[in-house]
Amino acid sequence: MARLGMVIDLKRCIGCNACTLACKQENGTPEGISFSRVITEEVGTYPNSTRTFLPTLCNHCSDAPCAAVCPTGATYIRPDGIVMVDHNMCIGCRACNLACPYMNRHYIEHGLLEHGYNSEGISPMEAIKFADFDEGTNIKCTLCAHRVDQGLEPACVVTCPTDARIFGDWEEEDGKLQRLVKERKGWTLLPEYETKPNVYYLDA
Amino acid sequence: MDPVMPEPSAELGVSAPLIEPGHSYASVTDKISAIVLTRRTPRWWMLGFAAAFCLMMLLFFAVAYLFAVGVGIWGINIPVGWGFAIVNFVWWIGIGHAGTLISAILLLLRQQWRTSINRFAEAMTLFAVSCAGLFPVLHMGRPWLAYWLFPYPNTMGMWPQFRSPLVWDVFAVSTYATVSLLFWFVGLIPDLATLRDRSRNRVGKIMYGILAMGWRGSAVHWSRYETASLLLAGLATPLVVSVHTVVSFDFAVAIIPGWHTTIFPPYFVAGAIYSGFAMVMTLAIPIRAIYKLEDFITLRHLDNMAKIILATGLIVGYGYMMETFGAFYSADQYEKFMILNRMTGPYAPFYWALIACNIVMPQLLWFPAVRRSVVGLFVISLVVNVGMWLERFVIVVTSLHRDFLPSSWGMYYPTRWDWATYVGSIGLFLTLLLLFLRYLPMISIFEMRQLVSQTSGKTESRVSGNLDDV
Repeated sequence: MARLGMVIDLKRCIGCNACTLACKQENGTPEGISFSRVITEEVGTYPNSTRTFLPTLCNHCSDAPCAAVCPTGATYIRPDGIVMVDHNMCIGCRACNLACPYMNRHYIEHGLLEHGYNSEGISPMEAIKFADFDEGTNIKCTLCAHRVDQGLEPACVVTCPTDARIFGDWEEEDGKLQRLVKERKGWTLLPEYETKPNVYYLDA
Repeated sequence: MDPVMPEPSAELGVSAPLIEPGHSYASVTDKISAIVLTRRTPRWWMLGFAAAFCLMMLLFFAVAYLFAVGVGIWGINIPVGWGFAIVNFVWWIGIGHAGTLISAILLLLRQQWRTSINRFAEAMTLFAVSCAGLFPVLHMGRPWLAYWLFPYPNTMGMWPQFRSPLVWDVFAVSTYATVSLLFWFVGLIPDLATLRDRSRNRVGKIMYGILAMGWRGSAVHWSRYETASLLLAGLATPLVVSVHTVVSFDFAVAIIPGWHTTIFPPYFVAGAIYSGFAMVMTLAIPIRAIYKLEDFITLRHLDNMAKIILATGLIVGYGYMMETFGAFYSADQYEKFMILNRMTGPYAPFYWALIACNIVMPQLLWFPAVRRSVVGLFVISLVVNVGMWLERFVIVVTSLHRDFLPSSWGMYYPTRWDWATYVGSIGLFLTLLLLFLRYLPMISIFEMRQLVSQTSGKTESRVSGNLDDV
């Protein structure tokens, strides 16, 4: 059984936000919603200051609190470990928004699908992409399940110019994900909450 | 002693009468049924009903607009995805608890002082649960799909996900509403028969007759009534504990700092009884004054309720302390931040206001003089109602508005639609309550008759009625 996930190498990330844009383009998310974001922080004091970048996406937790709290079962975990939302089953209670400690659940408010990203009208591409969404429901990163099912990698992974995002299967014995985490002491976000994320980070 | 106006200095405690001396079976029946059967609707009732009805219309207007435009009209956002709707839901559900506690647990414990307040406390429970039940539906993005939370065979492949505390809520609240309604209705049957027999107009006779379900007061009827009422009391008793426990799970099961707390279930149950009794007191004091029911809802009743408010208030205070202690004892930096943020952050005034309302103010109830002061009790009960609403606001909003990442921090400001829905729900509650007061006996007539023997030997009957009258 596969358990798909990702390792993000912070040493390689240059904060270009190409992943943010690739995700936006691939999934056509409405205004204000980005499945993939890069959290940028300035640290230190001038002149000894620098910026750190933390690319984020849904952690596709093995013990996903958003799936546990969903009253209708709209949020579910696929056999390959991808946490998905069946928007037809979502009633919009937003319990998953609150349950996710990583802020990776997004609610589509009424009216959000009536205008495009930075425009009053809807572009032909947005018209196609928005057909997958429903107002009053929740959406989230699908790890580009539609691409993965065709044997492709997620959009954020293929677009990364520095190969900071590495996609793979955690169940692969001595696979690239396991090896990287073992060699460079990978870590997850908020491990104390025991959500068992499938996205690991490597120190910068 | 004037039976209508009891002495304010009357002795309180177990020796004090539960019904003022001088009443006979007939006078009890006369007095309570006259409130319902009088042809003239009091002017204050008309004015009160008009005001409550207007507020209820405000609710309907707000809900209609909500359904048309969506929850974006409220102040909720990310990170504060739950706002007034959930605050109000928990507040209303909590208020309902006193009715069940009075009618079920005090019945099983053979506490006779429940008799004069149980009927309208149960009605209050039903109306509060009706208001509470609205909010989870209203706060959904697609409220028309709320029925998907019920398990029923369908061709859509829909089935509730039983790991979710929201599903537990559906079962807890719907069971609670059903058992409360049954309990209330079964308790009403003998009195509905009394109204049927006493009603002078045809419509009243038919309506009360249908609702009385053929009650004739035979020994068999009474035997079945006692059995049914005891069974329902037994069913309702665990619900007093379970409903708010389950409501607390909505929060406690989540991993959000400020919610993920093991003390939540007992603390929520105590808080529910606390706010419920405060609401019973808030309603009972004006009702007994307006309808001149001081004979039936005596100072001893108010004193007992004040003691319960004091006791449950202390449990709630303990809950606040343990919440703070737990945050530091856990050594979890997020928990510590959350509690300090509650005390010193942007919502700190609300936190300290709730401490003042829920912990400081009720300490006055230690003094017998305060427990004897009807005005004092009324003010304290109002303050506790406000305090308990603030408690739910603080739990919901302050826990959410600070996320793990400062970049995701936000603030919650209720909009006029939030307020309209909340105030409108109070209108719905008052509308239902006023209709109940006008058309159904607010005090259990037959149970009050049972108390007559307690005082009948003390003074002569003040009316000419005797046992044959009933």
